[in-house]
Amino acid sequence: MVSVKGLRVTVRGDGGNTVIVDGASFDIARGEVVALIGESGSGKTTIALSLLGYARPGCTIAAGSIHVGGTDVRALSASALASFRGRNVSYIAQSAAASFNPSQRVMAQVIESARVHGILSRADAEAKAMALLRALALPDPERVGQRFPHQVSGGQLQRLMAAMALITDPELVIMDEPTTALDVTTQIEVLRAFKSVVQQQHTTALYVSHDLAVVAQIADRIVVLRDGVIQEVGPTRCILGAPTHAYTQSLLAAADPAARATPVVVPDVADPPVLRVEGLIAGYGGINADGLPYLPVVRDLAFAIRAGAVLGVIGESGCGKSTLARVIAGLLPAARGTIALDGEVLPADAARRTREQLRRVQIVFQSADVALNPAHRVGRILARPLQFYHGLSGAAVSRRVRELLDMVRLPAALADRFPHELSGGQKQRVNLARALAADPRLILCDEVTSALDTVVGAAILELLAELRRELRLAYMFISHDLSTVRAICDEVMVLYAGQMVEYGNRNALLAAPRHPYTDLLIASVPELRPGWLDGLAPMRLAEAAGGVAAFSEAPCAFAPRCAMRLDAVCATEPPPIQTLAKGAAIRCHRTAQDLLVAQTDRDLTPHDRSHVEA
Amino acid sequence: MSDLTVPLARWHLPTPGRIGLAIVAVWLVVAVLSPWLAPYAAGNVTAADVFAPMSRAFPLGTDYLGRDMLSRVLLGARITVGVSLAATALACFTGVTLALAAAVHGGWVDAVLSRVLDALISVPSLMFSLVIVASLGSSLGVLILTAAVIYTPGAYRTARALAVNINALDFVTVARARGEGTWFIMREEILPNMVLPVLTDFGLRFVYVVLLLSGLSFLGLGVQPPNADWGSLVRENLEGLFDGAPAVIVPAIAIATLTIGVNLLIDNLPTRRNGHAR
Repeated sequence: MVSVKGLRVTVRGDGGNTVIVDGASFDIARGEVVALIGESGSGKTTIALSLLGYARPGCTIAAGSIHVGGTDVRALSASALASFRGRNVSYIAQSAAASFNPSQRVMAQVIESARVHGILSRADAEAKAMALLRALALPDPERVGQRFPHQVSGGQLQRLMAAMALITDPELVIMDEPTTALDVTTQIEVLRAFKSVVQQQHTTALYVSHDLAVVAQIADRIVVLRDGVIQEVGPTRCILGAPTHAYTQSLLAAADPAARATPVVVPDVADPPVLRVEGLIAGYGGINADGLPYLPVVRDLAFAIRAGAVLGVIGESGCGKSTLARVIAGLLPAARGTIALDGEVLPADAARRTREQLRRVQIVFQSADVALNPAHRVGRILARPLQFYHGLSGAAVSRRVRELLDMVRLPAALADRFPHELSGGQKQRVNLARALAADPRLILCDEVTSALDTVVGAAILELLAELRRELRLAYMFISHDLSTVRAICDEVMVLYAGQMVEYGNRNALLAAPRHPYTDLLIASVPELRPGWLDGLAPMRLAEAAGGVAAFSEAPCAFAPRCAMRLDAVCATEPPPIQTLAKGAAIRCHRTAQDLLVAQTDRDLTPHDRSHVEA
Repeated sequence: MSDLTVPLARWHLPTPGRIGLAIVAVWLVVAVLSPWLAPYAAGNVTAADVFAPMSRAFPLGTDYLGRDMLSRVLLGARITVGVSLAATALACFTGVTLALAAAVHGGWVDAVLSRVLDALISVPSLMFSLVIVASLGSSLGVLILTAAVIYTPGAYRTARALAVNINALDFVTVARARGEGTWFIMREEILPNMVLPVLTDFGLRFVYVVLLLSGLSFLGLGVQPPNADWGSLVRENLEGLFDGAPAVIVPAIAIATLTIGVNLLIDNLPTRRNGHAR
């Protein structure tokens, strides 16, 4: 169906043309799903777009042949390309939210390509769209088409985009990281919908992704790409089970950081904690008569972090985990509760904290790109906290800057570079070095590896673990990614709609009984095993489809989604905090025995089981 | 400011931009050196003919009193360019400073500054300057201040929009979490990242000021004799229009070349630092 031979794409640069895809050749048979796997910059999207006969501005398809269903794509004229795209080959992008026109109703956009190409009448197109919406398991398919994009959730919008791509019965569908921006629980329903519709319609598809576990669920064959060169091609089971290429092996190793997890630091109970938080309430909007914020985002949190220990904070988007970091840093003053550092209660507002108090808590953000001032050189960025907190000047500053760069394993020469001259991983290391410059007691890490490629992120995690051993640093490590949290944290707190639902040590988190939401989160992480998606229990799917963690006045915010809710109490009484024998606290009405029976470790992989036993 | 540490040669300026830069440079040099460049001293009546055509002695003819037009235009450049530059610099400096304060401080500071300056925008500029000049009298100082007051709100609006966006970025949040003061965040974190757009805005506002001053002088409320900017040169030689004298068209051409030159230059300035735009 699809045949690419010797594809070569170049980009115009300062010093002539640079080759970004070199000699790529692969085929896709009719009804086959082929995955294109690689890190960012490996050329996977460039190859996918070339199948549309498209090269991004500055790029040129320099050589090679591209055939889709008997059409020589490179030979098409501009007008022939216009009728080819959307009809013969369609494209599903990563961000559905950015791909829909916000001012038009969804249905009009779903059927647009069928109308533009004059394939179907409006009535036929709408009937076909309706069938697709049903096949994609969209709730309320009769009415969803009449909504505007902002009235539809992210997971639903992504499925609507699939309907948009399939309406013309294209010969090839390109899916470019279609679930990467979604929460894990949402990802399940979207992946299942994609998979079932692909099977029903015998769609030929190219699935572009960096996530091997996701690809394992949907692809028949995998193409591994690095620096624009294809490393390995093979059936999914072979690539995952017996990768021959060293690069594929390193990708597989990085996809499972828990395998190299650092040992849990047993906190010395005699030590006073570095950070102790009690009764913390914070949010946005004005303060109401009860002294509570109009929109509470963090609700009644209490926890402690000991010297040299790492607390993981995990939850889906909107659960309040990033807000928690901002509250502790004093950027968003807490409405209620105490934040104590080394036993000393901190003022809620950073503006009222002393320089010494500020120095001891540092924050590192997710997007290294916007966390470094593009107008300053690395040396100057690192020098400022040294001058500000330690009063260093002159040669002492440049000596310390070199030491800091060395601590984060960067060459000293980088001090003279601007941030845009660095790679993503290097930028995140500079961010870390800036936090270290203060000699902090505690670093708040807000999704520090989420924007990085798996391999680069794994290296940052290793660096964090080393620094913590050398400097006895404490971290609060915020992430939406369970495997990342498991790799580095000693204790884990699970948040749902701003509330703690489970809090315990890392190994306890994996062991049943767990809070039903923790259980859902763990079960939702794709495993590197084909067939995982198809083997999920129906109860799990109902919970996953339940929508997003929204703030609610209900005693238990998770109850509406919970498969184990007790209708009598869950909607009326706030759940009690129970301490379980495994060494964790949960906020739930269900008894440990109930939860244990429901969760007998059916979701755990053999690998996890060995961890629990250890 | 790191932009200036990058060699200018690395700022790729397209040909129209180079032409604009050349025109602007010529007028700047003329403005500085005009007393030495002008063939005749200021205000000297040197010819018997009024509205004389171009000749070897008077390359651009003579004006309504028989003064050398070339000298008048060269000396006028000094006033037009000088007054406009001073007024624009004042407007942009005030606008950008207030905008930074509004963006970084937010809250009531932003609300008060924005409403007050919005109110100023709503006053028609020519009417405002007529009232000021009529009540205070016309001097170079008053003209500079009037033009600066008129163009401060526009400079503020543009700079505030830029600064608010930069203020929301994580590196500013990091500085705040570090405990940095408002002044440091304004000067070190935000300002260096808005230099290029502010420079473009400066050029645009400079053109407006040139046109406003020329307009005022044309109405007789701008620069007063014996000094003359290009606007007053057009006005005082208006009668020559019927004789086809170069005296009326030459200062108008000077105004046009300066504004076009500045526009060509700012339209082609790089929008991002050192070729990072991909």
